[in-house]
Amino acid sequence: MASLKEMRNRIGSVKATQKITKAMQMVAAAKLKRAQDQAESARPYAKKMASVIANLAAGVSGADAPRLLAGTGQDQRHLIVVATADKGLAGGFSTNVIRAARERINSLIANGKDVRIIAVGRKSRDQLSRLYGDKLVRTFELSEHKTVGLPSAQPIAEMIATAFEDGQADVVTLFYSQFRSVISQVPTAKQLIPAVVEGPETQNGAAPIDLNGAVYEYEPSEEEILETLLPRNLTTQILAALYENQAGFFGSQMAAMDNATRNAGDLINALTLQYNRKRQAQITTELIEIIAGAEAL
Amino acid sequence: MAGKLNFSLVSPEREVFSGLVDQVDAPGVEGDFGVLPAHAPFMTALREGLVTVYVGGTRTQYDVKGGFADVNGEGLTILAEQATEVVAA
Repeated sequence: MASLKEMRNRIGSVKATQKITKAMQMVAAAKLKRAQDQAESARPYAKKMASVIANLAAGVSGADAPRLLAGTGQDQRHLIVVATADKGLAGGFSTNVIRAARERINSLIANGKDVRIIAVGRKSRDQLSRLYGDKLVRTFELSEHKTVGLPSAQPIAEMIATAFEDGQADVVTLFYSQFRSVISQVPTAKQLIPAVVEGPETQNGAAPIDLNGAVYEYEPSEEEILETLLPRNLTTQILAALYENQAGFFGSQMAAMDNATRNAGDLINALTLQYNRKRQAQITTELIEIIAGAEAL
Repeated sequence: MAGKLNFSLVSPEREVFSGLVDQVDAPGVEGDFGVLPAHAPFMTALREGLVTVYVGGTRTQYDVKGGFADVNGEGLTILAEQATEVVAA
């Protein structure tokens, strides 16, 4: 059984830990608000972009459609982009995304496909390099930039576009965590290439946008616009995913730290109770000894 | 469609402007153009330059870098890589 001093130290150290987790929770809550706003304000752009592309894609016929839109017509080489956080202490946030990605990768490999992996975020690099070290082609760290923004998404998009144009990939899929709410983040797979054209507009049956019989005019040509629009769309989608990830990460971290703080509180209560019992027992023993000593005189 | 044009200017980071306006002038790659309400469907890439928005008697300018303008029955949408409001000096 631990001595009283040892127990005091133990309680002290748990209290110190509790202070840290409490502080981390509050920091995460503050950052979450900002990340959430950012994710939400990025949505209109992504949405408009999707509807513009849906419009354009409807007009471009199959054969001469840009390859970013139509793909290579093959399904052999897969490029998997796994986006997670750089840091830990956020519960199962990164692990959940990686698990979803791993299932896909394993099933692709089982079907005899070539798989290459790009890891975004230190956590995904660490876990994936252990499992699929030979397939990992490149990693990106988000902490290279102070805040998540266009500069963090651009190099990833460029890398993907180059890999695709060099014929290293037929299908590109992005794994990230969709931010539902503070307590719910859903690992999501999004196919980047060939671009999936399904804006919310198409589902409402309103697409292509009703032009009342008028004909769209393009400057420069339709193909040229699509050609510059599609790489940009790639960046936009990645950026949107990074924003979602960021918000999800802080949400997850907040929940994890809240749990940790509560656990530390429980632990402190239990330890304090034990400590007091022991102290009282010791005092009682001392008293008995003193009384016994006095009676003996 | 008498009178007002539904215009939105969005950048990847946020929606810069959204609302009903009278006229928008924008720098297209093949020349500047103005959009009035009930413009014919039209899509173009944009040069770097100034987008001017006219509402009532006032005029607001935005510095826009790289993007697209899309005019359709619902109005005008400008997707810009970067867009910042120009504060009149």
